[in-house]
Amino acid sequence: MSLMTGSGGELLQVDNLGKRFGGFVALENISLSVAPGERLGLIGPNGSGKSTLVNCICGTLRNEQGSVHFDGRRLDGLLAHQRTHLGLARSFQLPRPFVSLSLIDNIRIPLLYTVAARGHGRAAHDVEARCSGLLREVGLEAKARQRPRDLTQVEMRKLELARAMASEPKLLIADEAMAGLTHSEIEDILALLVRLNEQGVTIILIEHIMRAVMSFSRRLVVLVSGRKIADGAPTDVMRDPEVERAYLGQ
Amino acid sequence: MIFSFDLFINAIISGILIGGFYAAVTSGVSLAFGILDIVNIAHPAFIILGSYVAYIVNVSLGLDPIATAIIMVPAFYVLGAGIYQIYYVSFEKRGQESLRGLAFFFGLLFITEVTLVLYFGVDYRYVEAPYIGPTWHLDGIDVPLRILVPFLVSLLLIAVLELILTRTFVGRAIMAVAQDQQALRLMAIDPVRIKRVAFGISIATASLAGAFLIIIQPVEPSVGRQYIGRVFAICVLGGMGSLPGTVVAAMLIGIVESFTATFYGPSWAPAVSFGFLLLTLAVRPAGLLGR
Amino acid sequence: MRAPGFLLICLLVAAAIFAAALAVGNDYVFFAGYVVLQYVVLSTAWNILGGYCGYVNFGTAAFFALGAYSTVAIYKLITENDFYRMPIPVLMLVGGVVSGVIGLGMGYLTLRLRGAFFSIATLALAVVLETLVVNWDYVGGSRGAYIIRPEAIEPIGNYIRYLFLMMLLLAVAALTIARLIEHSRLGYGFATIRDDELAAEASGVPTLRLKLIATTISGALMGMAGAPFPYYIGFLQPDSTFALDYAVNSIAMPLIGGTTSWVGPLIGALLLGSLQQIITVTISSAVNLLIVGCLLVLFVIVAPNGIVGLVHTYLQRKPDEFVGRRRVDADAPGTVP
Repeated sequence: MSLMTGSGGELLQVDNLGKRFGGFVALENISLSVAPGERLGLIGPNGSGKSTLVNCICGTLRNEQGSVHFDGRRLDGLLAHQRTHLGLARSFQLPRPFVSLSLIDNIRIPLLYTVAARGHGRAAHDVEARCSGLLREVGLEAKARQRPRDLTQVEMRKLELARAMASEPKLLIADEAMAGLTHSEIEDILALLVRLNEQGVTIILIEHIMRAVMSFSRRLVVLVSGRKIADGAPTDVMRDPEVERAYLGQ
Repeated sequence: MIFSFDLFINAIISGILIGGFYAAVTSGVSLAFGILDIVNIAHPAFIILGSYVAYIVNVSLGLDPIATAIIMVPAFYVLGAGIYQIYYVSFEKRGQESLRGLAFFFGLLFITEVTLVLYFGVDYRYVEAPYIGPTWHLDGIDVPLRILVPFLVSLLLIAVLELILTRTFVGRAIMAVAQDQQALRLMAIDPVRIKRVAFGISIATASLAGAFLIIIQPVEPSVGRQYIGRVFAICVLGGMGSLPGTVVAAMLIGIVESFTATFYGPSWAPAVSFGFLLLTLAVRPAGLLGR
Repeated sequence: MRAPGFLLICLLVAAAIFAAALAVGNDYVFFAGYVVLQYVVLSTAWNILGGYCGYVNFGTAAFFALGAYSTVAIYKLITENDFYRMPIPVLMLVGGVVSGVIGLGMGYLTLRLRGAFFSIATLALAVVLETLVVNWDYVGGSRGAYIIRPEAIEPIGNYIRYLFLMMLLLAVAALTIARLIEHSRLGYGFATIRDDELAAEASGVPTLRLKLIATTISGALMGMAGAPFPYYIGFLQPDSTFALDYAVNSIAMPLIGGTTSWVGPLIGALLLGSLQQIITVTISSAVNLLIVGCLLVLFVIVAPNGIVGLVHTYLQRKPDEFVGRRRVDADAPGTVP
């Protein structure tokens, strides 16, 4: 997978991003950058704006202020599906599977619409193999022909992740993919993400499970009440007094 | 097209008067659709039902239509609550409201209209009341009482609704349900019950709106269809759920319709509000999450 | 089964139907059959946008009428003066193009909004269009327009038989198109729009473009169904052409038959259409509409997946949402070939 980057060398560049909902300021002056191949952790208390930030980056929401650059391209005005075609993928915090399709068809969609759109047309059996492979990686191959309603919450999160992976992204944003998983399941997902990263996929991990975030991230960004309050090496960030305050409470 | 000042003023006045009535008609939809996101396109059918109820009582007992409507409010409320319960269990709970819920209301619209046709035929029905007939002539301006009275009572209705929504516990719970159902649950309030109450109120307004309608004009079963577009146009234009906004939007549409009818002819009138609706929807900000 | 095979089978069935109708020898079969076939086309067309994509169109009558009035306009323009009668297939194409373009335009204006607003807009469209037609004297205005139906056309003979045959072929075309869509990448895309548009966008599905495609195809087919109507009925009136009956039928038939595949609208149209012909003749057209409305409400509450869903459940012996899907797969819980 090519790691083409634009000027400045950053894969993702967020500058002064701001988002309001009526009178409520959800995000204020968010700036961050992600280098190609990086493993970034994004943490913050509930309601701090993490998912809103993801939505703005991916085009599900429109930010009023600031800009987002991906792979050297300015993303303003691009629809969500166009950003996915460029190589941006995300999983949803609350899983949003396609309920009337089987699991394997769920995985097929990004392959049909994103990968194919990039011109890497594949033969049908190849697509089928790829879908099965992705389901295998998250341990859902046995349920390939079943529908999402037959899945547990945990399995739905894995499907969510697999579907994001299916679009063969350059940057994958995993939004709380590990909530509710057992210890070994967390290890599995972490190993999966590490493997992906080694193949060249840049990853932003949004999580509450500190153990996972600390072991996975090379860099940590902390969001509190719509503002970025820390950005640096994980151990440094966790020693930051402001971060301590945000997490241990006032 | 002879432009005279008198004609102009009269067009505005009648536009405002009918606009007040339109606001009452729309208030139920503002509640159900604007606030609670229930696309009840059958609302005009319930209004026509209200008209026929007022008609029956008026013809048999001679009772004033508005008085009849007020007495019938509890019955319409129960009807509304019942319909919402079916809607919730069959569609909202299963997440099917966008396709099947909509079809459900469409079916209700149809059933109501056709049942009325079977029972009453397609003849126009009208009511008798002391204020239907006389017209006040004030310095070149004609104010038919049969429009003025519903106008005044409509404004009263809207005022009462606004008070309910802002001052009472139930009213504020309704506004809260629109914003955050989870929070309401945490306060041990059942959102479904609140929505049931709200929809009941919505249909209850139809009872009154129906009485107003049959005072203003003779009614036959298909009259309701003209109001579908009007009602949603006003609701959307008025900001989706704001009662004061509804009043302003209603009067605006009333005035535009009045002008069109006066200067271009009544056969164009149906297109006005529907055209307004299309325009409003086209100009709205785009976006899947847009609201 | 591949598409050409399906088309062939449909044509064979159509030929058999036409032969059977001829054998009966009573022209009433053709008159009544035309209406039922018309509904097959309208339901299938509606279902492409409604069942596959999840966007409810209340304005079937508008698209149908556009096709009909295109024919009237052409008739007034050419036929009345020059006695050159444009063949039905050409009229269908014209009607299809007009309706398709209007569908595209309306979709472009309203499909970026939530589904509910789109549906309300389609209601509005029907009324606006009706008002325009009523005020346009060239096509007869509120008084209506007369179309002289020719006596016969060779080699079929009776003109009504010709119309029946045309509608039969259009029905075959509509069903083939629907099935083609279902088994294609487009069909998958439509399903994701129906299930979760946000997730569809995030997965790379160009939702607006697909919705516009659906609206255009759906509108075009409805226009094509409307194009021969003036010749069928002889006297076109805005009241009856724009009637809400078309809307309620084109919604009820797929919802009662089943929305997830091409089979549903076909079953719905055949059953409901035939039922309506019987009731209208034996009781009254008002009762007929009442029954349609009641059936719609009943099915939507009790059997959301329609008759196809009920059959499927019965065969599976467990409550299951029908997924009429692509491949014939031994493991999959039942697919439609």
